Amino acid sequence: MGWPISVTVNGEKVSAEVEPRLLLVHFIREKLRLTGTHIGCDTTHCGACTVLLDGVPVKSCTVLAVQADERQLTTVEALHAGGALHPIQAAFKQEHGLQCGFCTPGMMMSSFALLADNPDPTEEEIRWALSGNICRCTGYMNIVKAVRAAAVQMKEAAAVPAGAAVGS
Amino acid sequence: MAIETPMKGFIGESIKRKEDDRFIRGKGNYVDDITLPGMLHMAILRSPFAHARIRSINTSAAQALPGVVAVVTGEVLAQHKLAWMPTLSGDTQAVLATDKVRFQGQEVACVIATDPYITRDALPLIEVDYEVLPAVVDPYKALQPDAPLIRDEKEGQTSNHIYHWEAGDKAKTEEAFSKADRVVTLETFYPRCHPSPVETCGIVADINPATGNTILYMTSQAPHAHRTLFAIVAGLPEEKIRIISPDIGGGFGNKVPIYPGYVVATAASLLIGKPVKWVEDRSDNLISTGFARDFHMKGEMALRNDGRMLGLRVKLLSDNGAFFADAQPSKFRAGLFHIVTGSYDVPAAHVEADGAYTNKAPGGVAFRCSFRVTEASYLIERLVESAAIELNQDPAELRAKNFIRPEQFPYKSATGFEYDSGQYEKALRLALEKAGYEELRKEQAEKRKKGELMGIGIASFTEVVGAGPGKHYDIAGLRMFDSAELRVHPTGKAILKLGVRSQGQGHETTFAQIVAEELGIPAADVEVQEGDTDNTPYGLGTYASRSTPVGGAATAMVSRKLRDKAKKIAAHLLEASEADIEFDHGKFFVRGSPSKSKTIQDVAFAAYTNLPDGMEAGLEGVTYYDPPNFTFPFGTYLVVVDIDRGTGQVKVRRMVAVDDCGIRINPMIVEGQIHGGLAEGFGIAFMELITFDEEGNCIGSNFTDYLLPTSWETPKFETYETVTPSPHHPIGAKGIGESATVGSPAAFVNAVIDALGHLGIKNIDMPVTSDKIWTALKAAGAAE
Repeated sequence: MGWPISVTVNGEKVSAEVEPRLLLVHFIREKLRLTGTHIGCDTTHCGACTVLLDGVPVKSCTVLAVQADERQLTTVEALHAGGALHPIQAAFKQEHGLQCGFCTPGMMMSSFALLADNPDPTEEEIRWALSGNICRCTGYMNIVKAVRAAAVQMKEAAAVPAGAAVGS
Repeated sequence: MAIETPMKGFIGESIKRKEDDRFIRGKGNYVDDITLPGMLHMAILRSPFAHARIRSINTSAAQALPGVVAVVTGEVLAQHKLAWMPTLSGDTQAVLATDKVRFQGQEVACVIATDPYITRDALPLIEVDYEVLPAVVDPYKALQPDAPLIRDEKEGQTSNHIYHWEAGDKAKTEEAFSKADRVVTLETFYPRCHPSPVETCGIVADINPATGNTILYMTSQAPHAHRTLFAIVAGLPEEKIRIISPDIGGGFGNKVPIYPGYVVATAASLLIGKPVKWVEDRSDNLISTGFARDFHMKGEMALRNDGRMLGLRVKLLSDNGAFFADAQPSKFRAGLFHIVTGSYDVPAAHVEADGAYTNKAPGGVAFRCSFRVTEASYLIERLVESAAIELNQDPAELRAKNFIRPEQFPYKSATGFEYDSGQYEKALRLALEKAGYEELRKEQAEKRKKGELMGIGIASFTEVVGAGPGKHYDIAGLRMFDSAELRVHPTGKAILKLGVRSQGQGHETTFAQIVAEELGIPAADVEVQEGDTDNTPYGLGTYASRSTPVGGAATAMVSRKLRDKAKKIAAHLLEASEADIEFDHGKFFVRGSPSKSKTIQDVAFAAYTNLPDGMEAGLEGVTYYDPPNFTFPFGTYLVVVDIDRGTGQVKVRRMVAVDDCGIRINPMIVEGQIHGGLAEGFGIAFMELITFDEEGNCIGSNFTDYLLPTSWETPKFETYETVTPSPHHPIGAKGIGESATVGSPAAFVNAVIDALGHLGIKNIDMPVTSDKIWTALKAAGAAE
């Protein structure tokens, strides 16, 4: 009863046979063993399972794995591809934007999508963009600060001439 | 690579968190991330009814489903004497129901299968024949003589009454009331809310059938206590049980109790001989695990006309659900509620508490709260607001008039606590200054003339945290001490092992900083380990703000123990008398000649290579710290709200928070704790609610109904500090994890009432929703 799918996972093509009812989040966590994507509510509220499908943030607990067929899937593990931290990751640490760490991957993926779309968001725009991701620990203040800091960092990095190292 | 600041992580330095590196990479290791070879999965069938007799359970269809390995019912567990288990409050709780179900969501049967999807397929195939019984969801009704008896299986239990408990001096309080110019009364209900950590509860139980070795990977805030309780409950040999509490995705008290799912998964692993994983879904978590509050309170304050408080009288009724399962010190049936005199010098006080069984999920003391200090703080701070309105006095000045003054510490409260230290007026004045209180009052007066609703709410809370002392405070008989083991290796690096367990509080950083301060080893060189009972000294765990007050004290004391030995070794290396050796942040030197010195790293190396004659090798030690008293963090929160007359909508314009938790080890982390608590306090005040219809159906069983604050609604916080060290804590720290959830709900609600008080609206119970405000405005003829 397997259904063949082919997904580009963090830049690498993966082929698998999955049950049609398999949720994308379970495909990611159980089949791909990428456990950075978390499950917090099963009902599309908390956003802990946020990943990018073709660059768009989705809550992977409410997407079927078969829907990812022939698409680009990006999970938190891709952020530090090559070993260097992404500015968003560095900023979350720098600004104390995480505590228990459980919502953090989803929060960072939503931030990633926001900054791709709007490289210079206001505080209000950040708060709106992250309002589908629940954090129970931080009260959001430092998360908002982290996203602002990452935006500044990414802008500065983009201004560096090509070939210069983009540090973490 | 960003350049790290050259800080060594001494106390007071906001170094970045050591634990973050794995979390930001998605490399945390939470219970659900654990997969073992041959592992099976478990799901729980829960009762759809709040109260029903079970006539029969037929599991044959479920059992026949391919992939199902076992279906466990209460009957199966009863054969192993596991159908019931003791609770942390000396009651019993059904693991899987045998006779009746007593709340909606109660555990009835468990399916164990090769795949989690198959467990879900099998649940609806279990046929349960229920005879529905009348349910009781209101504790007042539960105590009426004709109420259905919920705990009919308990010998001698003829009503739904659980306990009666009193604190303070009744006669003295009556006398105070007889002399009062006036008595201010407030009846209020602190509704049921839920900690809802983003990670739910779960376990992977792995019992090796050949050796009996039992490894339980569990979402546990108290792994050592849980090991002992597992040994007692399940009859397993304690030396064979190893509880590993891996990274925890938030706890807030939700992960203190032992839940039926843990017990069944463990029993199933034992019986089947394979690892079994159980992870709750969100509804499982919301409808069955440790909630908070559900506390009906009536407070009366006796006052002189000038506003001086003379006495306090409180009557309480707690709704504990179907089983009395509060995780709290065993001698204190209403927890530490008797801290209710708060920050005030109240000469006489008396508290009477009763508990009732209802057909609701068990629990009551979870959620970022030191055993009902949250309800107590809410009541007194709301009462002060009521008194200010009735006496027509400024609520800030009424507080200042009644504060326990700095020179009164140590202060013995009317209900028996000895407060360690406080500067309550200093914190209040700072909050008023930062908020621009006088200007705000002027603005409010002008707005009121125009018919606009603006409110300023204050709460000057005092907490009681850091239990023990063990002599008086225990959980299920286990004294509330805590522990630290420190091993300094020859190269000067160290491992610190603790009996507490972080759920996001930053222990790996904070506790390394205590070692850095006391021993001079940079925090970066101190690896903090927690959560593995085979690998850490026994302790009671992390809840009720006890990690820094107790585990932190143990860390300081064990560091000092090692420092004493290090001093002897340094004297040997420096060829000086020990009496002449001085120590300063990692350097030992001969008094008067600071150039002649040895570092802690030199000394650590010598502890394994070049010791004085007769000295034992090594630089290691362990301390079990029994605190002489609680600590008493405090502060003042000030909230400014604007209310829309047309909709009842509240806009929190400002939230100014002054906290005093004594010495701050890592100010960045302290501030983060305050932010999180304030957001939760905001949620409790305005949106979070678990309630029930008359049949006992839980309303609040998912995040559509149980509302959590998001980044969009949550206000911005303005945080400030005063520092009043605890005189009895080795480093003067008091604990900060819960201050904000304890103190802030009253500040939010007081702000709303301050906006509406002049219209005759004296109370609105939480959550203070727009519809409640609008209804109150309409009743007062003031809605638009």
